Amino acid sequence: MKIAAAAGGGLFLGFNWSDSTAAPVVVDAQQIAAGSVKFNSYLSISSDNSITIVSPNPEIGQGIKTAFPMVVAEELDADWKLVKTVQGKLDSAQFERQVTGGSGAVPHSWERLRKAGATARFLLVNAAAAKWGVPASEITTADSKLLHKASGKSASYGEFAEAAGKLTAPTDIKLKDEKTFRLIGQSVRNVDNKNIATGKPLFGLDFYREGMLFAIIQRPKAFGFKLKSVDSAAAKAMPGIVDVVTFENSVAVVGKSTWQCKKAREVLKIEYEKAADLESSEDHNRIFSNLMDNGEATVRRKNGDVEAAFKSAAKVIKAEYQCPFLPHSPLEPMNFFAHVREDGVELVGPTQTPDRARGEAAKITGLPPEKITVEITRQGGGFGRRLSADFAIEAVHVSKLVKAPVKVIWTREDDMTGGTYRPAVRYRFEAALDKNNELIGYKLRGVGINSGNPTREDNFPSGSVDNLLIDSVEHKSAITTGPWRAPITNFLAYAEQSFIDEVAEAAGKDPVEFRLALLEKAKKSPAGEVKYDVDRMIAVIKLAAEKSNWGKKKGVHQGFSVYFSHRSYVAQVGEVVVEKGKPALKNIIAAVDCGIVINKSGSLQQVRGGVVDGIGHAMYGNMTFKGGTPDQSNFNGFRLIRMNEIPEVDVHFVDNGISPTGLGEPALPPAGGAVANAFYKATKQRLRNQPFINEEAFKGIS
Amino acid sequence: MALFKLSINNRAYSADVEGDTPLLWVLRDNLGLVGTKYGCGIAQCGACTVHLDGKAVRSCVLPVSSVGKAKVTTIEGLSEKGDHPVQKAWDEVDVAQCGYCQAGQIMTAAAFLKEKPKPTEEEIVGAMSGNLCRCGTYHRIREAVKVAATKTN
Repeated sequence: MKIAAAAGGGLFLGFNWSDSTAAPVVVDAQQIAAGSVKFNSYLSISSDNSITIVSPNPEIGQGIKTAFPMVVAEELDADWKLVKTVQGKLDSAQFERQVTGGSGAVPHSWERLRKAGATARFLLVNAAAAKWGVPASEITTADSKLLHKASGKSASYGEFAEAAGKLTAPTDIKLKDEKTFRLIGQSVRNVDNKNIATGKPLFGLDFYREGMLFAIIQRPKAFGFKLKSVDSAAAKAMPGIVDVVTFENSVAVVGKSTWQCKKAREVLKIEYEKAADLESSEDHNRIFSNLMDNGEATVRRKNGDVEAAFKSAAKVIKAEYQCPFLPHSPLEPMNFFAHVREDGVELVGPTQTPDRARGEAAKITGLPPEKITVEITRQGGGFGRRLSADFAIEAVHVSKLVKAPVKVIWTREDDMTGGTYRPAVRYRFEAALDKNNELIGYKLRGVGINSGNPTREDNFPSGSVDNLLIDSVEHKSAITTGPWRAPITNFLAYAEQSFIDEVAEAAGKDPVEFRLALLEKAKKSPAGEVKYDVDRMIAVIKLAAEKSNWGKKKGVHQGFSVYFSHRSYVAQVGEVVVEKGKPALKNIIAAVDCGIVINKSGSLQQVRGGVVDGIGHAMYGNMTFKGGTPDQSNFNGFRLIRMNEIPEVDVHFVDNGISPTGLGEPALPPAGGAVANAFYKATKQRLRNQPFINEEAFKGIS
Repeated sequence: MALFKLSINNRAYSADVEGDTPLLWVLRDNLGLVGTKYGCGIAQCGACTVHLDGKAVRSCVLPVSSVGKAKVTTIEGLSEKGDHPVQKAWDEVDVAQCGYCQAGQIMTAAAFLKEKPKPTEEEIVGAMSGNLCRCGTYHRIREAVKVAATKTN
């Protein structure tokens, strides 16, 4: 590759990546903290007072690289301005659960992070106490400073870092009273803001290495195909192409630039053969209706005698809801770097599960995991897609075959048509009301395509209905599926909250009052086990009703929705206004209980973003198939929500002092229901299928 | 392959590539300017937005052969010290979640504000709706453009 860069008119030849002025994509925490005293796996303090805090979990836009260090800094009483945060690489000896998924990082690490900070603070205080000859209990700390008020002695953390590092850490450490938090609960800006706004290399796609080759892979064009034969002669003759290699059902074009590989891939001649049914969306609709009535169901939860309840019912309400497959569409497409050497493997890239990538690399190369390093880059969104290791597996295969450092790059078309989608699901809900309009029976059947269990059988309204049956039927398909932000509940919550609205209406009750009455029942006389906190759910419902002035706004059609997922509780009110004869979604009011809010700014945006994601995909997200091939392959065919389509999102957090729970996902599930129920109020038509845009009732709506 | 001489961020560069190579990939694969992002390759998402003689263009569909003598500005060259009013507003409003689309958003906003220093909200929404943000930071993008407009004067 002949490349030249010139400055001020003079021509430099042989531009090389290591000369680039750009900062490296992955930074070494040890290097950053060089000369510092390491207190534990999370934090080091330098004699110049700078503090390095390592955030071990992958950052995909959920804000963990800011929030985790905030928790450590809080207990340390660190001056946030002196804190440098670093993305940790995979290190199973130092960290547990280096995963981004299930909104689980904060609940998992809350205590650990606090202890890491508190322990270092304890050691600093004790080092100062010994030097000053005063009781440790009389020393206070704030903003990276130690102070003994009586003697007037004070020092910076840096001055005592070395002495403190020599002391033995206590096994039991007292944590702060949460009411005294100074940093937690504040608005702290994303630690990478400046790097993001100036275009610094941060993401997996930004990682380049001298001598690295690029690979673009042709995967089977339909789900159900397998590779039969490859003629790569024409591709190999294209400029910049180094090799074309085949593994499993994939053909990798390896060359010196992304564009050259992409062009050469177009001239590959590949034959496929059928290995499984090549399904179309019409097949899926037929499969759904057949399995709904005739499928062999797995019972997920059963309370009371549901058949008897329906027999004795004064009124039965029944409705079906269906959602399509969805690609994750993170804006940074899948990509991964691998360098397979004889003595080890270097992996670099965007993954939500670095440990899985390492495990797969070990299997492919036969090398022990300790010979495999994984550097985690910042990630241009994940939404569950990067929980899979397929792209890392590909990079390892290709690097092993061509014996060179390789970066596998997926085009947008590859990313959208490459599978591991949100599974398509159809639900049938049935409710039985007695003559007093009390809900006495509830049935839910979910039919999913590669969905595993498409229900969440212990979520509300389970526990509040005496006679209940939740079951599911699975159809196995060649179309691959995987977790998609708020797995299953991303659609189930909408369907269930819309159906509850239908039942409330049939019972002649206000939707909020109806839900509250069910929750009161779950509290006073629960039907079976109740696996959510009834009081916390009631509290968010009441907060959302209060903040939205529920039922009292003239000319505003409000729809209600509430959901418990990933240990957090979120209620939302959608507001639709009819303008020039057309209903328009104007506002979403959200009430959120995720316990203690760590970073106010990050949390606020996480909820707003979750709502935008939820309503965007509910309104527009659609993936259909013909003969096993997706009909949509890029953002011209697959519609993502844009700025001119968003409502205002008003967010309110419950302040209850409970240990924090996840927030990456919980705001998404209730959004679709709040919108659908508000549209119903305005139009008297139910939206029972996603995307709403394809529903008759939604046509012509702004 | 042909040698293309380019003026990028007031520096002279040259790259030996095929003429149909999109400017995006020349910036990224050949010149080490990775701030400009690949999102869709078909001018639908705006992640690859750069300025060509001050106007916002989608570098993913701009063949390097058609750049000619036009001056290219990328996110790396928007300001010397990262203190362009739009960059400052993006930090102040704390816009980014994952951050991947934001270079394109910032370049779109900067070109827009140069043309329309005092935009209405409607004009902001109109100008920014061509850029996708998969995280859904649209409220803050809109706010940051407003904040930047107050800094530009």
